Amino acid sequence: MNNLRSRLAATPYLAWMIIFMVVPLALIVVFAFTTTVPCDAEGNILTDEEAYLIQEEETLIWEEQGTPEEERVSAVSEKTIFTVQNILEVNKYMPTMLSSIWMALVATVICLLIGYPLAYMISRMHFVSQKMMLMLVMLPMWMNFLLRTYAWMTLLERNGLINRFLGLFGVGPFNMINTQGAVILGMIYNYLPFMILPLYSVMTKIENTTIEAAQDLGANRLTVMWRVVVPLSVPGINSGITAVFIPSVSTFIISRMLGGGTNMLIGDLIDLQFLGNAYNPNLGSAISLVLMVFILLCMSITNAFDMEDKEGGMLL
Amino acid sequence: MRKLTNRIYIGLVFLFLYIPIFVLIANSFNASKSRTVWTGFTFDWYVKLFHNETILGSLLNTLIIALVASVAATLLGTLAAIGIYNMKKVTRTIVMNISYLPIINPEIVTGVSLMLLFVAMKIELGYVTLILAHITFCVPYVILNVLPKLRQMDRNLYEAALDLGCTPTLAFRKVVIPEIMPGIMTGFLMSITYSIDDFVISYFTHGATSQTLPITIFSMTRRKVSPEVNALSAILFVVILAIMIIMNVSEMRKLPEDQRRRAAKAAKKGGRA
Repeated sequence: MNNLRSRLAATPYLAWMIIFMVVPLALIVVFAFTTTVPCDAEGNILTDEEAYLIQEEETLIWEEQGTPEEERVSAVSEKTIFTVQNILEVNKYMPTMLSSIWMALVATVICLLIGYPLAYMISRMHFVSQKMMLMLVMLPMWMNFLLRTYAWMTLLERNGLINRFLGLFGVGPFNMINTQGAVILGMIYNYLPFMILPLYSVMTKIENTTIEAAQDLGANRLTVMWRVVVPLSVPGINSGITAVFIPSVSTFIISRMLGGGTNMLIGDLIDLQFLGNAYNPNLGSAISLVLMVFILLCMSITNAFDMEDKEGGMLL
Repeated sequence: MRKLTNRIYIGLVFLFLYIPIFVLIANSFNASKSRTVWTGFTFDWYVKLFHNETILGSLLNTLIIALVASVAATLLGTLAAIGIYNMKKVTRTIVMNISYLPIINPEIVTGVSLMLLFVAMKIELGYVTLILAHITFCVPYVILNVLPKLRQMDRNLYEAALDLGCTPTLAFRKVVIPEIMPGIMTGFLMSITYSIDDFVISYFTHGATSQTLPITIFSMTRRKVSPEVNALSAILFVVILAIMIIMNVSEMRKLPEDQRRRAAKAAKKGGRA
Protein backbone atom coordinates (compact mmCIF):
# COMPACT_ATOMS: atom_id res chain seq x y z
CA MET A 1 0.00 0.00 0.00
CA ASN A 2 2.92 2.33 0.71
CA ASN A 3 3.75 2.51 -2.94
CA LEU A 4 3.31 5.78 -4.75
CA ARG A 5 2.23 3.94 -7.87
CA SER A 6 -0.58 2.18 -6.08
CA ARG A 7 -4.01 2.78 -7.45
CA LEU A 8 -5.52 0.53 -4.81
CA ALA A 9 -4.84 3.05 -2.07
CA ALA A 10 -8.18 4.64 -2.86
CA THR A 11 -10.12 1.41 -2.31
CA PRO A 12 -10.98 1.90 1.39
CA TYR A 13 -12.10 5.42 0.64
CA LEU A 14 -14.24 4.31 -2.29
CA ALA A 15 -15.86 1.59 -0.20
CA TRP A 16 -16.51 4.16 2.52
CA MET A 17 -18.08 6.67 0.17
CA ILE A 18 -20.26 4.03 -1.44
CA ILE A 19 -21.58 2.87 1.94
CA PHE A 20 -22.00 6.27 3.56
CA MET A 21 -22.79 8.54 0.63
CA VAL A 22 -24.03 6.66 -2.43
CA VAL A 23 -26.17 4.08 -0.62
CA PRO A 24 -27.84 6.69 1.63
CA LEU A 25 -28.70 8.82 -1.40
CA ALA A 26 -30.07 5.71 -3.10
CA LEU A 27 -32.12 5.10 0.04
CA ILE A 28 -33.61 8.58 -0.35
CA VAL A 29 -34.69 7.67 -3.88
CA VAL A 30 -36.12 4.32 -2.68
CA PHE A 31 -38.03 5.95 0.17
CA ALA A 32 -39.30 8.68 -2.11
CA PHE A 33 -40.89 6.14 -4.43
CA THR A 34 -42.28 3.71 -1.87
CA THR A 35 -44.77 3.65 0.92
CA THR A 36 -45.71 1.09 3.58
CA VAL A 37 -49.27 -0.22 3.46
CA PRO A 38 -51.05 -2.84 5.54
CA CYS A 39 -51.69 -6.18 3.85
CA ASP A 40 -53.24 -9.53 4.81
CA ALA A 41 -51.60 -12.95 5.04
CA GLU A 42 -51.84 -13.49 1.28
CA GLY A 43 -50.16 -10.15 0.62
CA ASN A 44 -53.28 -8.38 -0.59
CA ILE A 45 -53.20 -4.69 0.13
CA LEU A 46 -55.76 -3.50 2.65
CA THR A 47 -57.06 -0.07 3.33
CA ASP A 48 -56.35 1.36 6.76
CA GLU A 49 -59.97 0.76 7.73
CA GLU A 50 -59.96 -2.89 6.70
CA ALA A 51 -56.72 -3.48 8.57
CA TYR A 52 -58.16 -1.82 11.64
CA LEU A 53 -61.33 -3.97 11.50
CA ILE A 54 -59.34 -7.20 11.16
CA GLN A 55 -57.11 -6.26 14.06
CA GLU A 56 -60.12 -5.39 16.22
CA GLU A 57 -61.67 -8.75 15.46
CA GLU A 58 -58.43 -10.62 16.17
CA THR A 59 -58.02 -8.89 19.51
CA LEU A 60 -61.56 -9.86 20.48
CA ILE A 61 -60.94 -13.52 19.61
CA TRP A 62 -57.57 -13.55 21.42
CA GLU A 63 -59.13 -12.08 24.51
CA GLU A 64 -61.94 -14.64 24.45
CA GLN A 65 -59.52 -17.53 24.08
CA GLY A 66 -57.04 -16.03 26.51
CA THR A 67 -54.15 -16.30 24.07
CA PRO A 68 -50.93 -15.14 25.76
CA GLU A 69 -49.33 -11.95 24.44
CA GLU A 70 -46.40 -13.65 22.65
CA GLU A 71 -48.62 -16.05 20.69
CA ARG A 72 -50.77 -13.32 19.18
CA VAL A 73 -49.68 -13.19 15.56
CA SER A 74 -51.79 -10.84 13.51
CA ALA A 75 -52.80 -11.68 9.98
CA VAL A 76 -52.23 -8.07 9.11
CA SER A 77 -48.66 -7.15 8.27
CA GLU A 78 -46.92 -4.32 6.49
CA LYS A 79 -45.65 -4.24 2.99
CA THR A 80 -43.59 -1.74 1.04
CA ILE A 81 -44.93 -0.89 -2.38
CA PHE A 82 -43.89 1.35 -5.23
CA THR A 83 -45.79 4.61 -5.49
CA VAL A 84 -45.48 8.04 -7.03
CA GLN A 85 -47.89 9.43 -4.46
CA ASN A 86 -45.09 10.99 -2.37
CA ILE A 87 -43.67 12.85 -5.32
CA LEU A 88 -47.14 14.06 -6.28
CA GLU A 89 -47.73 15.14 -2.72
CA VAL A 90 -44.70 17.41 -2.88
CA ASN A 91 -46.86 19.52 -5.16
CA LYS A 92 -48.95 20.45 -2.15
CA TYR A 93 -45.92 22.20 -0.71
CA MET A 94 -45.18 24.17 -3.88
CA PRO A 95 -45.89 27.56 -2.24
CA THR A 96 -43.32 26.85 0.49
CA MET A 97 -40.77 25.64 -2.03
CA LEU A 98 -41.25 28.65 -4.29
CA SER A 99 -41.05 31.07 -1.38
CA SER A 100 -37.83 29.50 -0.08
CA ILE A 101 -36.29 29.68 -3.55
CA TRP A 102 -37.40 33.29 -3.77
CA MET A 103 -36.00 34.18 -0.34
CA ALA A 104 -32.69 32.45 -1.07
CA LEU A 105 -32.48 34.29 -4.41
CA VAL A 106 -33.09 37.67 -2.78
CA ALA A 107 -30.46 36.90 -0.13
CA THR A 108 -27.96 35.81 -2.82
CA VAL A 109 -28.48 38.95 -4.92
CA ILE A 110 -28.11 41.23 -1.89
CA CYS A 111 -24.96 39.35 -0.83
CA LEU A 112 -23.55 39.87 -4.31
CA LEU A 113 -24.42 43.58 -4.26
CA ILE A 114 -22.85 44.08 -0.82
CA GLY A 115 -19.93 41.70 -1.34
CA TYR A 116 -18.78 42.68 -4.82
CA PRO A 117 -17.62 46.25 -4.07
CA LEU A 118 -16.14 45.13 -0.77
CA ALA A 119 -14.16 42.30 -2.36
CA TYR A 120 -12.89 44.67 -5.05
CA MET A 121 -11.83 47.30 -2.53
CA ILE A 122 -10.00 44.69 -0.46
CA SER A 123 -8.25 43.28 -3.53
CA ARG A 124 -6.81 46.74 -4.38
CA MET A 125 -5.45 47.33 -0.89
CA HIS A 126 -1.94 47.16 0.44
CA PHE A 127 -0.79 43.55 0.85
CA VAL A 128 -0.76 43.63 4.64
CA SER A 129 -4.18 45.32 4.85
CA GLN A 130 -5.57 42.68 2.52
CA LYS A 131 -4.58 39.98 5.01
CA MET A 132 -6.12 41.95 7.87
CA MET A 133 -9.38 42.55 6.03
CA LEU A 134 -9.67 38.90 5.04
CA MET A 135 -9.21 37.89 8.63
CA LEU A 136 -11.97 40.28 9.65
CA VAL A 137 -14.28 38.81 7.00
CA MET A 138 -13.56 35.25 8.10
CA LEU A 139 -13.70 35.79 11.85
CA PRO A 140 -17.53 35.85 12.20
CA MET A 141 -17.69 32.80 9.95
CA TRP A 142 -15.82 30.79 12.56
CA MET A 143 -18.46 31.47 15.19
CA ASN A 144 -21.07 28.77 15.20
CA PHE A 145 -23.92 29.89 12.97
CA LEU A 146 -26.47 29.11 15.68
CA LEU A 147 -24.86 31.72 17.88
CA ARG A 148 -24.74 34.23 15.05
CA THR A 149 -28.41 33.71 14.33
CA TYR A 150 -29.23 33.84 18.02
CA ALA A 151 -27.56 37.25 18.14
CA TRP A 152 -30.06 38.58 15.63
CA MET A 153 -32.93 37.35 17.78
CA THR A 154 -31.71 39.78 20.45
CA LEU A 155 -31.54 42.63 17.98
CA LEU A 156 -34.80 42.11 16.12
CA GLU A 157 -37.20 41.32 18.96
CA ARG A 158 -40.27 43.43 19.57
CA ASN A 159 -38.55 45.02 22.58
CA GLY A 160 -35.12 44.27 21.17
CA LEU A 161 -32.22 46.62 20.76
CA ILE A 162 -33.12 47.99 17.33
CA ASN A 163 -36.63 48.87 18.41
CA ARG A 164 -35.33 50.42 21.61
CA PHE A 165 -32.83 52.47 19.63
CA LEU A 166 -35.51 53.65 17.22
CA GLY A 167 -37.76 54.36 20.18
CA LEU A 168 -35.32 57.02 21.32
CA PHE A 169 -36.31 58.98 18.24
CA GLY A 170 -39.97 58.19 18.71
CA VAL A 171 -40.10 55.77 15.78
CA GLY A 172 -41.57 52.29 15.91
CA PRO A 173 -41.66 49.79 17.41
CA PHE A 174 -41.61 47.69 14.27
CA ASN A 175 -42.48 44.08 13.91
CA MET A 176 -39.19 42.69 12.67
CA ILE A 177 -38.70 39.23 14.04
CA ASN A 178 -40.82 36.36 12.65
CA THR A 179 -41.09 38.00 9.24
CA GLN A 180 -39.80 37.00 5.84
CA GLY A 181 -37.42 39.93 5.97
CA ALA A 182 -35.85 38.63 9.16
CA VAL A 183 -35.19 35.24 7.59
CA ILE A 184 -33.60 36.86 4.53
CA LEU A 185 -31.50 39.05 6.81
CA GLY A 186 -30.34 35.95 8.66
CA MET A 187 -29.31 34.33 5.40
CA ILE A 188 -27.39 37.43 4.29
CA TYR A 189 -25.66 37.77 7.62
CA ASN A 190 -24.65 34.12 7.83
CA TYR A 191 -23.51 33.63 4.26
CA LEU A 192 -22.07 37.02 3.22
CA PRO A 193 -18.47 35.85 3.84
CA PHE A 194 -19.12 32.92 1.46
CA MET A 195 -19.72 35.52 -1.25
CA ILE A 196 -16.82 37.82 -0.40
CA LEU A 197 -14.10 35.15 -0.19
CA PRO A 198 -14.40 33.58 -3.68
CA LEU A 199 -14.88 37.03 -5.23
CA TYR A 200 -11.75 38.28 -3.51
CA SER A 201 -9.68 35.27 -4.53
CA VAL A 202 -10.45 35.90 -8.21
CA MET A 203 -10.09 39.67 -8.03
CA THR A 204 -6.75 39.57 -6.31
CA LYS A 205 -5.40 37.87 -9.42
CA ILE A 206 -6.41 40.79 -11.63
CA GLU A 207 -3.20 42.75 -12.21
CA ASN A 208 -3.22 46.47 -11.65
CA THR A 209 -1.39 46.79 -14.98
CA THR A 210 -4.46 45.35 -16.72
CA ILE A 211 -6.63 48.04 -15.20
CA GLU A 212 -4.06 50.72 -16.00
CA ALA A 213 -3.90 49.54 -19.59
CA ALA A 214 -7.65 49.96 -19.91
CA GLN A 215 -7.43 53.43 -18.40
CA ASP A 216 -4.58 54.40 -20.75
CA LEU A 217 -6.72 53.31 -23.64
CA GLY A 218 -9.35 55.81 -22.56
CA ALA A 219 -11.76 53.79 -20.44
CA ASN A 220 -13.40 55.62 -17.57
CA ARG A 221 -13.98 54.00 -14.18
CA LEU A 222 -17.34 52.53 -15.08
CA THR A 223 -16.07 51.07 -18.32
CA VAL A 224 -13.06 49.56 -16.56
CA MET A 225 -15.41 47.97 -14.05
CA TRP A 226 -17.87 46.67 -16.59
CA ARG A 227 -15.54 45.66 -19.41
CA VAL A 228 -12.48 44.47 -17.46
CA VAL A 229 -13.09 43.66 -13.81
CA VAL A 230 -16.53 42.04 -14.07
CA PRO A 231 -15.67 39.69 -16.96
CA LEU A 232 -12.48 38.62 -15.20
CA SER A 233 -14.32 37.89 -11.97
CA VAL A 234 -17.07 35.69 -13.45
CA PRO A 235 -15.68 32.47 -11.89
CA GLY A 236 -15.71 34.14 -8.49
CA ILE A 237 -19.28 35.39 -9.02
CA ASN A 238 -20.33 31.86 -9.90
CA SER A 239 -18.80 30.21 -6.88
CA GLY A 240 -20.05 33.00 -4.65
CA ILE A 241 -23.60 32.57 -5.91
CA THR A 242 -23.57 28.81 -5.36
CA ALA A 243 -21.88 29.17 -1.97
CA VAL A 244 -24.66 31.49 -0.77
CA PHE A 245 -27.67 30.08 -2.59
CA ILE A 246 -27.33 26.39 -1.67
CA PRO A 247 -27.10 26.79 2.10
CA SER A 248 -29.76 29.52 2.02
CA VAL A 249 -32.31 27.47 0.12
CA SER A 250 -31.84 24.41 2.31
CA THR A 251 -31.50 25.97 5.75
CA PHE A 252 -34.03 25.23 8.44
CA ILE A 253 -32.44 26.81 11.50
CA ILE A 254 -32.48 30.40 10.32
CA SER A 255 -36.18 30.18 9.53
CA ARG A 256 -36.86 28.38 12.81
CA MET A 257 -35.07 31.02 14.85
CA LEU A 258 -35.92 34.20 12.98
CA GLY A 259 -39.06 33.19 11.10
CA GLY A 260 -40.98 31.98 14.12
CA GLY A 261 -42.42 28.91 12.46
CA THR A 262 -44.62 30.90 10.11
CA ASN A 263 -42.04 31.43 7.39
CA MET A 264 -41.26 27.81 6.59
CA LEU A 265 -38.54 26.82 4.14
CA ILE A 266 -37.93 23.55 2.28
CA GLY A 267 -35.54 22.54 5.06
CA ASP A 268 -38.26 22.93 7.68
CA LEU A 269 -40.55 20.68 5.65
CA ILE A 270 -37.89 17.97 5.49
CA ASP A 271 -37.10 18.29 9.20
CA LEU A 272 -40.82 18.00 10.05
CA GLN A 273 -41.10 14.73 8.16
CA PHE A 274 -38.08 13.15 9.86
CA LEU A 275 -37.84 14.53 13.39
CA GLY A 276 -40.97 16.64 13.67
CA ASN A 277 -44.61 16.01 14.34
CA ALA A 278 -45.54 15.09 10.78
CA TYR A 279 -43.37 11.94 10.85
CA ASN A 280 -43.32 10.56 7.31
CA PRO A 281 -39.86 9.61 6.00
CA ASN A 282 -41.33 8.69 2.61
CA LEU A 283 -42.68 12.17 2.00
CA GLY A 284 -39.54 13.65 3.57
CA SER A 285 -37.39 11.69 1.14
CA ALA A 286 -39.51 12.85 -1.77
CA ILE A 287 -39.02 16.49 -0.75
CA SER A 288 -35.29 15.89 -0.27
CA LEU A 289 -35.08 14.31 -3.71
CA VAL A 290 -36.79 17.29 -5.30
CA LEU A 291 -34.45 19.67 -3.46
CA MET A 292 -31.42 17.65 -4.53
CA VAL A 293 -32.43 17.55 -8.18
CA PHE A 294 -33.21 21.27 -8.12
CA ILE A 295 -29.77 22.09 -6.70
CA LEU A 296 -27.99 19.83 -9.19
CA LEU A 297 -29.81 21.66 -11.98
CA CYS A 298 -28.75 25.02 -10.57
CA MET A 299 -25.16 23.83 -10.28
CA SER A 300 -25.06 22.64 -13.86
CA ILE A 301 -26.38 26.00 -15.00
CA THR A 302 -23.66 27.94 -13.15
CA ASN A 303 -21.07 25.40 -14.31
CA ALA A 304 -22.06 26.04 -17.89
CA PHE A 305 -20.94 29.65 -17.40
CA ASP A 306 -17.69 28.51 -15.95
CA MET A 307 -15.54 26.44 -18.24
CA GLU A 308 -12.69 26.09 -15.78
CA ASP A 309 -11.62 22.58 -14.87
CA LYS A 310 -12.87 22.15 -11.33
CA GLU A 311 -10.95 19.02 -10.61
CA GLY A 312 -8.27 20.87 -8.70
CA GLY A 313 -9.53 22.22 -5.44
CA MET A 314 -12.80 24.07 -5.62
CA LEU A 315 -13.91 24.94 -2.16
CA LEU A 316 -17.47 25.93 -1.59
CA MET B 1 -12.90 61.71 -1.61
CA ARG B 2 -13.17 58.33 -3.22
CA LYS B 3 -10.95 56.84 -0.56
CA LEU B 4 -13.23 58.23 2.11
CA THR B 5 -16.39 56.72 0.59
CA ASN B 6 -14.55 53.41 0.29
CA ARG B 7 -13.62 53.54 3.95
CA ILE B 8 -17.17 54.37 4.99
CA TYR B 9 -18.50 51.50 2.90
CA ILE B 10 -16.02 49.01 4.35
CA GLY B 11 -16.79 50.30 7.83
CA LEU B 12 -20.53 49.84 7.36
CA VAL B 13 -20.18 46.25 6.13
CA PHE B 14 -17.96 45.35 9.07
CA LEU B 15 -20.38 47.06 11.42
CA PHE B 16 -23.09 44.80 10.04
CA LEU B 17 -20.88 41.75 10.51
CA TYR B 18 -19.73 42.55 14.03
CA ILE B 19 -22.53 44.38 15.85
CA PRO B 20 -24.53 41.20 16.62
CA ILE B 21 -21.43 39.52 18.04
CA PHE B 22 -20.56 42.49 20.19
CA VAL B 23 -24.12 42.67 21.48
CA LEU B 24 -23.84 39.02 22.53
CA ILE B 25 -20.55 39.66 24.29
CA ALA B 26 -21.87 42.76 26.04
CA ASN B 27 -24.91 40.83 27.21
CA SER B 28 -22.73 38.12 28.69
CA PHE B 29 -21.75 40.65 31.38
CA ASN B 30 -25.29 41.88 31.89
CA ALA B 31 -26.69 41.12 35.34
CA SER B 32 -30.24 41.11 34.04
CA LYS B 33 -31.63 38.02 32.37
CA SER B 34 -33.35 40.25 29.84
CA ARG B 35 -31.33 40.72 26.71
CA THR B 36 -32.20 44.36 26.26
CA VAL B 37 -32.02 46.07 29.66
CA TRP B 38 -28.66 46.72 31.24
CA THR B 39 -28.85 46.36 35.01
CA GLY B 40 -25.24 45.96 35.99
CA PHE B 41 -21.97 44.18 35.40
CA THR B 42 -21.56 40.56 36.41
CA PHE B 43 -19.46 37.45 35.81
CA ASP B 44 -22.32 35.21 37.03
CA TRP B 45 -23.07 33.73 33.63
CA TYR B 46 -19.49 32.61 33.18
CA VAL B 47 -19.56 30.93 36.58
CA LYS B 48 -22.87 29.28 35.71
CA LEU B 49 -21.49 28.21 32.34
CA PHE B 50 -18.58 26.39 33.94
CA HIS B 51 -20.92 24.60 36.30
CA ASN B 52 -23.29 23.56 33.55
CA GLU B 53 -22.84 19.80 33.20
CA THR B 54 -24.73 19.65 29.92
CA ILE B 55 -22.52 22.20 28.22
CA LEU B 56 -19.27 20.78 29.54
CA GLY B 57 -20.33 17.25 28.64
CA SER B 58 -21.29 18.20 25.12
CA LEU B 59 -18.07 20.14 24.70
CA LEU B 60 -16.14 17.01 25.60
CA ASN B 61 -18.26 14.98 23.17
CA THR B 62 -17.58 17.51 20.42
CA LEU B 63 -13.83 17.39 20.95
CA ILE B 64 -13.65 13.59 21.10
CA ILE B 65 -15.77 13.18 17.98
CA ALA B 66 -13.83 15.86 16.10
CA LEU B 67 -10.50 14.28 16.96
CA VAL B 68 -11.46 10.69 16.13
CA ALA B 69 -13.27 11.67 12.94
CA SER B 70 -10.47 13.94 11.72
CA VAL B 71 -7.71 11.41 12.32
CA ALA B 72 -9.72 8.73 10.49
CA ALA B 73 -10.64 11.12 7.70
CA THR B 74 -7.03 12.21 7.27
CA LEU B 75 -5.78 8.64 6.97
CA LEU B 76 -8.56 7.62 4.62
CA GLY B 77 -8.26 10.80 2.57
CA THR B 78 -4.48 10.76 2.20
CA LEU B 79 -4.52 7.16 0.98
CA ALA B 80 -7.39 8.04 -1.35
CA ALA B 81 -5.51 11.01 -2.77
CA ILE B 82 -2.54 8.77 -3.61
CA GLY B 83 -4.87 6.31 -5.29
CA ILE B 84 -6.69 9.02 -7.22
CA TYR B 85 -3.36 10.54 -8.30
CA ASN B 86 -2.52 7.25 -10.03
CA MET B 87 -5.88 6.68 -11.68
CA LYS B 88 -6.66 6.97 -15.34
CA LYS B 89 -8.57 10.07 -16.33
CA VAL B 90 -12.01 8.49 -16.62
CA THR B 91 -11.92 6.69 -13.27
CA ARG B 92 -10.44 9.77 -11.68
CA THR B 93 -13.29 11.95 -12.90
CA ILE B 94 -15.86 9.52 -11.51
CA VAL B 95 -14.13 9.25 -8.15
CA MET B 96 -13.70 13.02 -7.91
CA ASN B 97 -17.39 13.51 -8.62
CA ILE B 98 -18.24 11.18 -5.75
CA SER B 99 -15.85 13.19 -3.59
CA TYR B 100 -17.70 16.38 -4.39
CA LEU B 101 -21.03 14.84 -3.36
CA PRO B 102 -20.82 15.66 0.36
CA ILE B 103 -19.66 19.19 -0.48
CA ILE B 104 -22.33 19.98 -3.05
CA ASN B 105 -25.21 18.06 -1.54
CA PRO B 106 -27.35 20.19 0.79
CA GLU B 107 -26.35 19.33 4.35
CA ILE B 108 -29.87 18.55 5.38
CA VAL B 109 -30.19 15.92 2.65
CA THR B 110 -26.88 14.33 3.65
CA GLY B 111 -28.12 14.33 7.23
CA VAL B 112 -31.46 12.67 6.61
CA SER B 113 -29.97 10.18 4.15
CA LEU B 114 -27.42 9.05 6.73
CA MET B 115 -30.20 8.82 9.29
CA LEU B 116 -32.16 6.56 6.93
CA LEU B 117 -29.06 4.41 6.46
CA PHE B 118 -28.36 4.03 10.18
CA VAL B 119 -31.98 3.22 10.90
CA ALA B 120 -32.04 0.67 8.06
CA MET B 121 -28.78 -0.90 9.30
CA LYS B 122 -30.22 -0.90 12.84
CA ILE B 123 -27.24 0.99 14.25
CA GLU B 124 -28.35 2.87 17.33
CA LEU B 125 -27.94 6.63 16.90
CA GLY B 126 -25.13 7.85 19.13
CA TYR B 127 -21.36 8.29 19.19
CA VAL B 128 -20.76 5.69 16.50
CA THR B 129 -23.17 7.21 14.02
CA LEU B 130 -21.88 10.72 14.73
CA ILE B 131 -18.29 9.65 14.09
CA LEU B 132 -19.22 7.76 10.91
CA ALA B 133 -21.15 10.78 9.62
CA HIS B 134 -18.38 13.23 10.48
CA ILE B 135 -15.72 11.11 8.77
CA THR B 136 -17.91 11.04 5.67
CA PHE B 137 -18.19 14.81 5.29
CA CYS B 138 -14.56 15.45 6.30
CA VAL B 139 -12.70 13.08 3.94
CA PRO B 140 -13.30 15.11 0.76
CA TYR B 141 -11.62 18.15 2.31
CA VAL B 142 -8.51 16.08 3.04
CA ILE B 143 -8.43 14.80 -0.54
CA LEU B 144 -8.90 18.28 -1.98
CA ASN B 145 -5.91 19.49 0.04
CA VAL B 146 -3.56 16.55 -0.49
CA LEU B 147 -4.15 16.02 -4.21
CA PRO B 148 -2.72 19.40 -5.34
CA LYS B 149 0.40 18.76 -3.23
CA LEU B 150 0.88 15.40 -4.96
CA ARG B 151 0.55 17.09 -8.34
CA GLN B 152 3.11 19.75 -7.42
CA MET B 153 5.57 17.11 -6.28
CA ASP B 154 8.35 16.14 -8.64
CA ARG B 155 7.71 12.49 -9.40
CA ASN B 156 11.34 11.96 -10.26
CA LEU B 157 12.28 12.46 -6.62
CA TYR B 158 10.47 9.27 -5.72
CA GLU B 159 11.98 7.39 -8.64
CA ALA B 160 15.42 8.68 -7.70
CA ALA B 161 14.99 7.41 -4.15
CA LEU B 162 14.10 4.00 -5.57
CA ASP B 163 17.13 4.06 -7.87
CA LEU B 164 19.34 4.90 -4.94
CA GLY B 165 18.20 1.75 -3.22
CA CYS B 166 15.23 2.79 -1.15
CA THR B 167 12.46 0.29 -0.70
CA PRO B 168 9.11 1.69 -1.87
CA THR B 169 8.02 1.98 1.76
CA LEU B 170 11.09 3.91 2.77
CA ALA B 171 10.95 6.15 -0.27
CA PHE B 172 7.32 6.84 0.49
CA ARG B 173 8.09 7.74 4.09
CA LYS B 174 11.19 9.81 3.41
CA VAL B 175 10.25 11.50 0.15
CA VAL B 176 6.53 11.56 -0.48
CA ILE B 177 5.17 12.15 3.01
CA PRO B 178 7.33 15.24 3.71
CA GLU B 179 6.33 16.68 0.33
CA ILE B 180 2.60 16.36 0.91
CA MET B 181 2.65 17.06 4.67
CA PRO B 182 1.37 20.66 4.41
CA GLY B 183 -1.67 19.39 2.48
CA ILE B 184 -2.29 16.65 5.03
CA MET B 185 -2.10 19.13 7.90
CA THR B 186 -4.46 21.61 6.22
CA GLY B 187 -6.89 18.80 5.52
CA PHE B 188 -6.70 17.63 9.12
CA LEU B 189 -7.27 21.12 10.51
CA MET B 190 -10.15 21.75 8.14
CA SER B 191 -11.71 18.44 9.20
CA ILE B 192 -11.47 19.40 12.86
CA THR B 193 -13.01 22.80 12.18
CA TYR B 194 -15.89 21.42 10.14
CA SER B 195 -16.51 18.66 12.65
CA ILE B 196 -16.62 21.01 15.65
CA ASP B 197 -18.84 23.46 13.80
CA ASP B 198 -21.27 20.99 12.26
CA PHE B 199 -24.84 21.22 13.39
CA VAL B 200 -27.15 20.01 10.62
CA ILE B 201 -25.68 16.55 10.00
CA SER B 202 -25.13 15.94 13.72
CA TYR B 203 -28.71 16.98 14.39
CA PHE B 204 -30.00 14.07 12.30
CA THR B 205 -27.44 11.47 13.40
CA HIS B 206 -27.05 12.07 17.14
CA GLY B 207 -28.63 10.04 19.90
CA ALA B 208 -30.17 11.17 23.18
CA THR B 209 -26.93 10.85 25.17
CA SER B 210 -24.45 11.95 22.54
CA GLN B 211 -25.14 15.65 22.17
CA THR B 212 -22.46 17.80 20.61
CA LEU B 213 -21.96 21.43 21.54
CA PRO B 214 -23.89 22.89 18.58
CA ILE B 215 -26.85 20.67 19.44
CA THR B 216 -26.76 21.84 23.06
CA ILE B 217 -26.57 25.44 21.87
CA PHE B 218 -29.59 24.82 19.69
CA SER B 219 -31.66 23.49 22.56
CA MET B 220 -30.55 26.43 24.70
CA THR B 221 -31.51 29.05 22.15
CA ARG B 222 -34.96 27.54 21.89
CA ARG B 223 -35.59 28.53 25.49
CA LYS B 224 -35.31 32.12 24.25
CA VAL B 225 -33.56 33.48 27.34
CA SER B 226 -30.30 31.77 28.23
CA PRO B 227 -27.50 34.16 29.16
CA GLU B 228 -25.04 31.27 29.39
CA VAL B 229 -25.15 31.14 25.59
CA ASN B 230 -23.87 34.72 25.54
CA ALA B 231 -21.01 33.83 27.85
CA LEU B 232 -20.18 30.84 25.67
CA SER B 233 -20.19 33.01 22.53
CA ALA B 234 -17.86 35.50 24.14
CA ILE B 235 -15.39 32.78 25.11
CA LEU B 236 -15.54 31.19 21.66
CA PHE B 237 -15.03 34.57 19.99
CA VAL B 238 -11.92 35.31 22.04
CA VAL B 239 -10.50 31.82 21.40
CA ILE B 240 -11.11 32.10 17.65
CA LEU B 241 -9.64 35.59 17.55
CA ALA B 242 -6.53 34.36 19.32
CA ILE B 243 -6.11 31.41 16.96
CA MET B 244 -6.53 33.63 13.91
CA ILE B 245 -4.03 36.21 15.12
CA ILE B 246 -1.47 33.52 15.93
CA MET B 247 -1.98 31.90 12.53
CA ASN B 248 -1.63 35.19 10.67
CA VAL B 249 1.43 36.30 12.56
CA SER B 250 3.20 32.99 12.00
CA GLU B 251 2.28 33.10 8.31
CA MET B 252 3.70 36.61 8.00
CA ARG B 253 6.91 35.46 9.67
CA LYS B 254 7.24 32.53 7.30
CA LEU B 255 7.09 34.81 4.29
CA PRO B 256 10.65 35.59 3.18
CA GLU B 257 11.56 39.21 3.72
CA ASP B 258 12.18 40.06 0.04
CA GLN B 259 8.90 38.50 -1.05
CA ARG B 260 7.07 40.63 1.46
CA ARG B 261 8.81 43.72 0.20
CA ARG B 262 7.97 42.85 -3.38
CA ALA B 263 4.33 42.27 -2.50
CA ALA B 264 4.21 45.55 -0.63
CA LYS B 265 5.68 47.37 -3.61
CA ALA B 266 3.14 45.80 -5.96
CA ALA B 267 0.32 46.75 -3.64
CA LYS B 268 1.55 50.33 -3.41
CA LYS B 269 1.62 50.55 -7.17
CA GLY B 270 -1.96 49.35 -7.12
CA GLY B 271 -2.92 51.99 -4.62
CA ARG B 272 -2.09 54.68 -7.13
CA ALA B 273 -4.18 53.14 -9.89
